[in-house]
Amino acid sequence: MNLAQIFTDLVFFSFAAILVGSALMTIISRNPVRSALFLVLAFFAATGLWILLEVEFLGLILILVYVGAVMTLFLFVVMTLNIDVEEQRSSFVRYLPFAIVIVAMLVILMVYVISPGHLNPSELTTTGGQPVNYSNTTELGMVLYTDYAYPFELAGILLLVAIIAAISLTFHGKGNNKTQNPDQQILIRREDRIRMVKMQGDKK
Amino acid sequence: MLFETILTYPATPEIFLLGMTCIVLLADLFIKQQEKKITYWLSQFALVGTAVLVLLLYNVPSTLLFNGSFIWDKTAALMQFAIVAINFFILIYAREYIRERKIPQGEYYLLSLFSVLGMLVLVSAYSLLTLYLGLELLSLPLYAMVALQRDSTECAEAAMKYFVTGALASGMLLYGLSMFYGATQSLNITEIAQVTSNLSSGQELMLIFGLVFIIAGVVFKLGAAPFHMWVPDVYQGAPTSVTLFVGTAPKIAALAMVVRLLIEGTPALVHQWQEVLILIAVLSIALGNVVAIVQSNLKRMLSYSAIAHVGYMSLGLLAATPDGYASALFYMLAYALMSLGAFGMLVLLSKSGAEVDKIGDLRGLNTRNPWLAFMLLLVMFSMAGIPPMVGFFAKLGVLEALIGAHMVWLATFALVFAIIGAYYYLNVVKVMYFEEPEIQYPIVNRPIINVAISVNCLMVLWLGMFPSGLIDLCRAAFAM
Repeated sequence: MNLAQIFTDLVFFSFAAILVGSALMTIISRNPVRSALFLVLAFFAATGLWILLEVEFLGLILILVYVGAVMTLFLFVVMTLNIDVEEQRSSFVRYLPFAIVIVAMLVILMVYVISPGHLNPSELTTTGGQPVNYSNTTELGMVLYTDYAYPFELAGILLLVAIIAAISLTFHGKGNNKTQNPDQQILIRREDRIRMVKMQGDKK
Repeated sequence: MLFETILTYPATPEIFLLGMTCIVLLADLFIKQQEKKITYWLSQFALVGTAVLVLLLYNVPSTLLFNGSFIWDKTAALMQFAIVAINFFILIYAREYIRERKIPQGEYYLLSLFSVLGMLVLVSAYSLLTLYLGLELLSLPLYAMVALQRDSTECAEAAMKYFVTGALASGMLLYGLSMFYGATQSLNITEIAQVTSNLSSGQELMLIFGLVFIIAGVVFKLGAAPFHMWVPDVYQGAPTSVTLFVGTAPKIAALAMVVRLLIEGTPALVHQWQEVLILIAVLSIALGNVVAIVQSNLKRMLSYSAIAHVGYMSLGLLAATPDGYASALFYMLAYALMSLGAFGMLVLLSKSGAEVDKIGDLRGLNTRNPWLAFMLLLVMFSMAGIPPMVGFFAKLGVLEALIGAHMVWLATFALVFAIIGAYYYLNVVKVMYFEEPEIQYPIVNRPIINVAISVNCLMVLWLGMFPSGLIDLCRAAFAM
């Protein structure tokens, strides 16, 4: 095993540990804001892993789109909502034993299935070892609009549906909007709003 | 020449439906209209046009398109036609219901058109990627439609449950698909089927691990036990016009998912998925039929009956013979037709603000409107599996396939529970015919709606008396 291999392994395992740890903290953290921030950390760690696999474009997109846009919006929402954490914790503790049993079973199964004894690593193709002038972005662009044009279009329709669904659930029609009408505001006269009343002052 | 190319290009129905849906979207947004008449008629035109295109394409031989991620075959043609035709009826039934309850009409039509598009995509998907995208395109509008009646907290609760459990199921399915991709290194179902036919033991273990998650996700979408928890709550909580939508066509699309993933994708793992399906079928049939007996809410009762029917349908799948698959497809089409009739009737009876959703609400329906009562009687008899309705032949076909596959004990079990299940369907008939009505005034519907529901319910009878045509179509879909 040469030095480069050891270094790659080191980078991989540190990013993997951060990813698993922060994903776990996302779930068990008491404070929702902290959960969201741990999710951001998980995205960063995943980016590290992707760049290690030489898929730079996807890694950077993950940071730009998810960390930069989605999670920022998400943090806004979490901060504006007043979520009662204590109330949720009671059910959390109640279901904890079941959850631990199920997760433990799944983890054991998964480790068993993908252990080297069962899965021969040589059967899996590995990425990497691309020439120096290889561009991940170009390659993606080449297949995205040719081989994957149909799924790409479908994903676009899916986003359109998401917009329509979100608007139809939140928009309550024009009549209910409490907007200002500038025309009316300009045309207002003093007589419409203020009425002068003469009152006798109190005498001592 | 160009016209001829369009009419033989297998993706034309989807493209037409997408184009029409966008037109409906723009028309709904920019044309001022009374009671959304233009939106409604344009939506119906989109559905009819799609159905006609599917019919014209029926004889086009099986083809793969878009780099193998889209398939056109007899299965896809039959299912697509059924889905579009069912939705044509749904929009007729739902129109007055949603207008009376101030459910946003334009949004209802639009979201249902998008959902139909998702179903068509799912039915003819032949790669894991398009399959998943089709599934999401199907489900996302449904979540929103359940919540569309904004002033009802019940609907919001049902939508929340549906969304959370649906997202969980999608996650499980995606995890299973990733295992498939890891083991076979392909997203394409043709290639997956090739790879799985000669596997090393390590890869096979990984595939089976993924298969468990895929089955869990698929069974959730079908709404069978033990992943049935959402079904009664969503059916009961959603507005009846949306229950009508959720409970009919998406089931056919979910069956398509089973066909593509299990039957065509992993025929080499048949013994593994057969065992899981046996468990699912037994649980669904027992739980659905027994729990439905104690329900007083009609929508809830029909939801448990849906669980039981999906159990019967999966009996045909687990027989693992072409005849079995054909009988499962026949069962699903028959069930979708019966379910359309039953929920459609509930929508039609819920007039002027009064919701008909308890069994007691049907009291003395015979004196109030004898024809509608007779129609509902046909549907209930069919669901119970009484000849000469279509439900009888559906059950018969499934049991025949089971006996052909030497699983007599399972057939006996299914038969016993079918008899138990007959009780609650006949109870509805008893309430309709032999009990005194609480409200006396007769039920009057618009003539076109009466025609639609009559055609729907008489189809149940007609297909029961002359089932051979549909059976032949189902057999042709799975001809090897």
